[in-house]
Amino acid sequence: MKLSHVGADFRIVTRTYFRNPVALFFTLFFPIILIGMFGLIFSTVGSGTVTVQVVNEDHNPNGTGYTPTSVAFLNALNKTSVVTVQLVSVTPQNFSTYLGQNDDTAGLVIPRGFENDYLHHTPVNLTVYTNPEAAASAGTVLGAIQGVANGFNLKAACNGGACAPVIGFTSLNVGSQVYKYIDYLIPGLIGFAILTSPMFSMVDIASSYRKDGIFRQLSLTPITRSEWLTSRILWYVGMTFVTAGIMIGTGVFLFNAHVTLTLGLVPYLVVGPFFFVSLGMLAGSVAKTPESAALIGNVITFPMMFLSGTFFQVSSMPAGLQVFAHILPLYYVIDGMNQVMLFANTSRAITDLLVVLIGSIVVFLLAVRLFKWRDE
Amino acid sequence: MPAAIEVDNLVKRYGSLAAVDGIRFSVPPGSVFSFLGPNGAGKTTTTEILEGLRKRTEGEVQVLGLDPWTEGAALHKRIGVIPQDFRFFEKITPKEAIEYYRTLFGTKADPGVLLEKVELADKANSRFDTLSGGQKQKLGLALALTNDPEICFLDEPTTGLDPHARRAIWAVIRSLKQEGRTVFLTTHYLEEAELLADQVAIIHHGKIIAAGSPAEIIQAHGKPARMTVEGSPTLAAYLQMNLGASAVIEDGKVSVTLRDKGDALKILTAIEESGLPWTTFTTTKDTLEDVFVRLVGQMDEGALKTEGAP
Repeated sequence: MKLSHVGADFRIVTRTYFRNPVALFFTLFFPIILIGMFGLIFSTVGSGTVTVQVVNEDHNPNGTGYTPTSVAFLNALNKTSVVTVQLVSVTPQNFSTYLGQNDDTAGLVIPRGFENDYLHHTPVNLTVYTNPEAAASAGTVLGAIQGVANGFNLKAACNGGACAPVIGFTSLNVGSQVYKYIDYLIPGLIGFAILTSPMFSMVDIASSYRKDGIFRQLSLTPITRSEWLTSRILWYVGMTFVTAGIMIGTGVFLFNAHVTLTLGLVPYLVVGPFFFVSLGMLAGSVAKTPESAALIGNVITFPMMFLSGTFFQVSSMPAGLQVFAHILPLYYVIDGMNQVMLFANTSRAITDLLVVLIGSIVVFLLAVRLFKWRDE
Repeated sequence: MPAAIEVDNLVKRYGSLAAVDGIRFSVPPGSVFSFLGPNGAGKTTTTEILEGLRKRTEGEVQVLGLDPWTEGAALHKRIGVIPQDFRFFEKITPKEAIEYYRTLFGTKADPGVLLEKVELADKANSRFDTLSGGQKQKLGLALALTNDPEICFLDEPTTGLDPHARRAIWAVIRSLKQEGRTVFLTTHYLEEAELLADQVAIIHHGKIIAAGSPAEIIQAHGKPARMTVEGSPTLAAYLQMNLGASAVIEDGKVSVTLRDKGDALKILTAIEESGLPWTTFTTTKDTLEDVFVRLVGQMDEGALKTEGAP
């Protein structure tokens, strides 16, 4: 591979792009529009029944089983029919991270001494974790816990004559106490840009360049198909950095987003476009006409656009769709970015990256093999 | 000196259809070779096989001693090609396009000199999508010359261009020949082939039906030159009797075949000596276009008769 060939073609792409006002608009303003739009409206979207992971610290004094009051509280929660309680064995300190890493949308910590405090009318605080990305689930969980706590508070008032509420709760967000919906949205929308920009343009380029004879023209020069494709990948890697920068900047300045900017993000901004430029080229190459190329591109792009954790958490989707999401390459790009930007979960981030990297190499080789400059 | 292009028994089939059906020809280095034929005759398929853009079904093809399909990369460094209806990246200027090709080919071609040569220097910094059809073809020509090629393949380079742009391209083709390059020219315009080509081959239904220099083809397949005067049947009879030549009268015009260049003077002298009234005289001879139309027409007619035969 000659770097001078890649460089020459890269200059052509750069000039073509900067002389196209529509493309310029979409790169510079579309990310701002996306973040702004979703940041403003997404928290109003609704959802259904929610599983609440519970850490019950309130054991019986003899150390066997849980106190009757805490069990009664959890049973009451189950009876609301809007949440399902699931006990887990995690320390309260690690619980937030645990929820984030397992894509859980809600968690509850019942502290040690809950029953004792309740029976003695001493105020006691529950800790409730919800995921701001799943805003409706968060509302459901908080509403259910509030309702059950009110019932218990009334009972306490009748029994003891004290009217002050006994059970209160503190609401925190999954993963960290400071994360908001926008924090989750940023990696999702960077993933959205990594997918859509290269896919749509490469599918179009692959078919229109063939139709216009530009590939035939290039086939008469010493540039190779892999050099040509590499220059396109480099361009979209550059674009992804710009887009990610704009999205993060917009999120931080408009919505006071909190994201961890780490070098761990860089591999995703490189490997993501590598994968989708190659996939776009592959899709455009197997199509016979520009129309069928666009169709193939849409069939690949649209399910991924919505089912990979871009706008909705994968764990909030029906089980069947969750299985489907795990075969979508974009899922691993977005999940990996979530791990490095939010949860600092290096091992899972590396696994995600390896999945995308291996996929990219396979798709790149297939694209170079299947896309032909000339006819048999 | 070995031929620049050597084609022997070339066949290209698409399913059962033979687009090119066993043609053979040879192009000497430094000459302009014109490949003529009606639409769908097999011109572009043959040209693309020679350029290494299309795989042949059968036969031997050598371009500069190389097999265009298997040794395409080596060949492409030594040839220049303008395809039909040349297209390029829309937002790129001619100067940038030549710089791009220059880097790919690793040459030191000067964009200014090349654009001057094809008369496009004034549009050096205009984007491709703002150029006219003729200007686009000129850029194609300039790009085809970026690697200082030994053979230039020009596939209908003047189709759709105005007469001025066409003549500008012709001038470039003449200069290519003067520089010692071989030119393989495919064209619809018979006048263009007659003006520019040293050798011509006419292809129809995938077969070569005539080959040679334009003069040789006209000589072999055209009608003899004739002199025509406006006159009476009596004049026609007089000329036939006194000259022993075939004189035909049609619509008040007496037409006499010219067998050699001295015949014209003899005919005019005989007309004067006859004392019979006559007016305007003209001499006519077949052009390459006349021969082309006749040959293609005869072949189609023959094909129709064969198809209609019991």
